[in-house]
Amino acid sequence: MSISMTLTVNGVKRTVELDDPRTTLLDLLRERLALTGTKKGCDRGQCGACTVIVEGRRINSCLALALSYDGAEVLTIEGVAQGDRLHPVQKAFLDHDGLQCGFCTPGQIMSAIGLIQEAQVGDDPERVREGMSGNLCRCAAYQGITEAVMEAQKALGGPARREVA
Amino acid sequence: MNTFEYVRPATVQEAVAAASKPGAAYLAAGTNLLDLMKGGVTRPNRLVDISRLPDLDGIEDLPDGGVQIGALVRNADLAHNQAFARRFPAVAEALLSGASAQLRNAATVGGNLLQRTRCAYFYDLASSCNKRDPGSGCGARGGDNRLHAVIGCSDSCIATHPSDFCVPLVALDAIVEVEGRAGRRRIPLETFHRLPGDTPERESVLEPGEMIVAVRLPPEAAHFAARARFLKVRERTSYAFAVVSAAAALRLENGMIVEARLALGGVALKPWRAREAELLLAGARADMPLFRRVAEAALAEAKPSGDNGFKIELARRIVVRALALALAGTPERVPALPGSLFASVPGEVIHA
Repeated sequence: MSISMTLTVNGVKRTVELDDPRTTLLDLLRERLALTGTKKGCDRGQCGACTVIVEGRRINSCLALALSYDGAEVLTIEGVAQGDRLHPVQKAFLDHDGLQCGFCTPGQIMSAIGLIQEAQVGDDPERVREGMSGNLCRCAAYQGITEAVMEAQKALGGPARREVA
Repeated sequence: MNTFEYVRPATVQEAVAAASKPGAAYLAAGTNLLDLMKGGVTRPNRLVDISRLPDLDGIEDLPDGGVQIGALVRNADLAHNQAFARRFPAVAEALLSGASAQLRNAATVGGNLLQRTRCAYFYDLASSCNKRDPGSGCGARGGDNRLHAVIGCSDSCIATHPSDFCVPLVALDAIVEVEGRAGRRRIPLETFHRLPGDTPERESVLEPGEMIVAVRLPPEAAHFAARARFLKVRERTSYAFAVVSAAAALRLENGMIVEARLALGGVALKPWRAREAELLLAGARADMPLFRRVAEAALAEAKPSGDNGFKIELARRIVVRALALALAGTPERVPALPGSLFASVPGEVIHA
């Protein structure tokens, strides 16, 4: 039995006929919508390579059942630049060598965008590292990643902090 | 992953009816369930998607001064709720010490209570496991068991419950509100999870189809806000399950402890409330010798279930340190590394 579902991905409404309820949001993006920027690393919620922003929150798309997100708004790495103009987080990753092989980078960047929106880390690099710990980098570019997140946060209006905890 | 029927009920009553059939499972965020299904560890034939049920995602103050947390409140939303974190700081600290930011953004309160053990033999289909396959034996007994339980084990299972969140909750007398075919009922969290006995496949007292709709904290739970901490030993600084953890909460008057709460994580197949140890604290003057006696009492019935005797001494020291941290006072803000041993602490407490 096929089930029809709709997602708004990077601002574009997409309707997908799903003939298999097992499809994860990650597989839907990659296999059905050809958005292969979102990476499949561990596929078990341990590495963060599949991080996307759903309804404004970063989540692991490999542990999200696609059907459960019918109607949701999704932002993937393909949707963050404005044409040829890089997103400030993308630019900061380049400026600070926040990558080597680049496989984890889309997930890192989506996670960083989510972290900056969450506005919980202030200008504390320890909080940035903790907040980014769900994204593994086997090349160990962590130093550059932390610097990139701190700089991008500044570029996007400075370290805000909304709440106490 | 096996295939399954997907249903999305509109009400709690419909959900309970849909999930009462054998082989059905509730799906909330799915952060644990989908992982288990991908490994073939669980094979539900029907997923009842409750993630959009109305009115289960609120954090509400109750008229009696307690708080009711809807089952679908996301871990991150609860931990970052300013009013909640101020009243129940150890709960916020435990939540923020668990998983990753992405998982905390998705994972729900109800799902946290019902998450399955992380025992590697439970996950490995080539191993025997009485929890996954009743009667098949326990691979962890005689296997790699350095992280397994030291309290409440049985011959059939030595797994632990992995939750951090449940540890301060059980210390604070949390109540689980569930709805089933017979209506609503309330269960103290302390009796919600079952010790393994000879039926480790039965993990909670939930009846088939029963669904968690809320978790409540009684008004007394907020009396510890000034001195409540959660502390967790893990094998990396962040994003790791607890080897052992402790929640400690003290209420002081004129320098004397008038009431105390203490619970341990990572030691048993349920969040472990140390009630007898708490009694040693009530009415006593807080000092390190007292905390050491309390730690002895908290682990009095602990026994190695394999190559994990070290966890008993580790848990004692974590109890002492959690109590010392609680005595020092709840910090203004949850530390950068929540629940961490590496957070800077004044004085000698760090070596407890």
